[in-house]
Amino acid sequence: MAYTDKARKQYQEQIEEIKSKGLYKEKRFICSPQDAAITVEYPEGAPKAEVLNFCANNYLGLSSHPEVVKAAHEGLDKRGYGMSSVRFICGTQDIHRELQDRMSKFLGMEDTLLFPSCMDANSGVFEAILEEQDVIIADRLIHASLVDGIRLCSAQYDTFKHMDMKHLKKKLELHSDKRHVLVVTDGVFSMDGDLAPLDEMCDLCDQYGAMILVDDSHASGFIGKTGRGTHEHFNCIDKVDLITTTFGKGLGGASGGCVSGRRELIELCRQKARPYLFSNSMAPPIVNASIKVIDLISKSTELRDKLEWNAAYFRKGVEDAGLCVRPGNTPIVPVMLYNAKLANDMSRDMYAEGIYVIGFFFPVVPAGAARIRVQLSAAHTKEHIDKAVAAFTKVGEKYGILGLDKKGIIDKYGM
Amino acid sequence: MRTIRKGTAMADEMKDMVLEYVIDEYVDEDDDEEIGYDTPLISSGIVDSFSMVSLKVFLEKKYKISLPDNEATPEAFDTVNSICELVKKFQG
Repeated sequence: MAYTDKARKQYQEQIEEIKSKGLYKEKRFICSPQDAAITVEYPEGAPKAEVLNFCANNYLGLSSHPEVVKAAHEGLDKRGYGMSSVRFICGTQDIHRELQDRMSKFLGMEDTLLFPSCMDANSGVFEAILEEQDVIIADRLIHASLVDGIRLCSAQYDTFKHMDMKHLKKKLELHSDKRHVLVVTDGVFSMDGDLAPLDEMCDLCDQYGAMILVDDSHASGFIGKTGRGTHEHFNCIDKVDLITTTFGKGLGGASGGCVSGRRELIELCRQKARPYLFSNSMAPPIVNASIKVIDLISKSTELRDKLEWNAAYFRKGVEDAGLCVRPGNTPIVPVMLYNAKLANDMSRDMYAEGIYVIGFFFPVVPAGAARIRVQLSAAHTKEHIDKAVAAFTKVGEKYGILGLDKKGIIDKYGM
Repeated sequence: MRTIRKGTAMADEMKDMVLEYVIDEYVDEDDDEEIGYDTPLISSGIVDSFSMVSLKVFLEKKYKISLPDNEATPEAFDTVNSICELVKKFQG
């Protein structure tokens, strides 16, 4: 045993440092299925509380949908619990192929490859298709898993200012001498709920002969008229070369992810992407349930329409109440507070009011941009949303921020 | 409106060049941030460790140097002053 007292002390100091910076992530336990209304034990050991959940990625409310749960049971009965293998040895069943084909059709892409998660898809895709003579040009606010994937890849990389098309153009010009250029963006940015201007980005990519990859994890299933994603919203389905997305958010909420796109790029991922080659396949119950999800959302837009209505209704409610809300039209609604302590204090008070939301601050979001990120779900009822708006109004009043803009809040609380 | 706050020491062409690049590359036009030679860039969140690569590539091209990863650290890139010290070290 070599876990010495010295090593233990050093690790304890690291943990204390995280706590002292206010970055410690506390344990929270959900003692019910994931849904709009949940039972929570927080802090650890506290009595369980019934609260409304406004911080899950359960956009379409499918995490506990009876038909999805039933399909998971059927998958378990018909194809077993796990694969005990990576995909290419003996880990691919007929239902894995079916889900891939269904995703290609749903997203409007040529081919699809499943990964254990979208984090794995993002970790593996770049190294599989790019080399030293290529360059990746990424939006500065892309998801951490894309950043990790880019860092694992031997290609050069550069960045452009968040959603700044003039800056992207400048970078495309700068790197026009490279073999392959791949522009990388989130479709919907998870902290701000911004939609990347994919139509403009695709036009620029056309102009400079660059490819584009979009992580649509916070969009698949509900952005666009029929929920295909950001590329549908901007009417550029045929211009996007690669999409990575997850089955862990709108598309069921369990786990698993995929890369979808140009046939040759997907084939190279199948041959070279390390998380595909060295990590287990998606489990059969999840695969079968994910096929059911695609069935449900292909047949009807009811859930994404309800989500759209819910998001607009909540946004109007908190705006009318006088809270400072970042503009947008996605189910991610950031209530801006700018000050980290204020965001923390308000989220704690919201919990006491029966609304489960989380404060986010630097380094998760830029310094001085602390907020409570609210995420709507199709599972929320109008009454749920009315209760959340009423709680925000009460708590906002307590802190004297109703009617204040960015400057007003910063003047009162600092950044 | 973004503004440049230059140092009071004698004119330093390299510092001005790096400062101008940092502002162009990392600060939004409508940002009212005031940036000078000693403004923390990384620790204040103006430049993050991911986008720092753009600055490294600029310095290597502009000053015809090669900055090893173990020297091009967030600490060394934290202010225009420290960046210029690093560049001068590798210019020999």
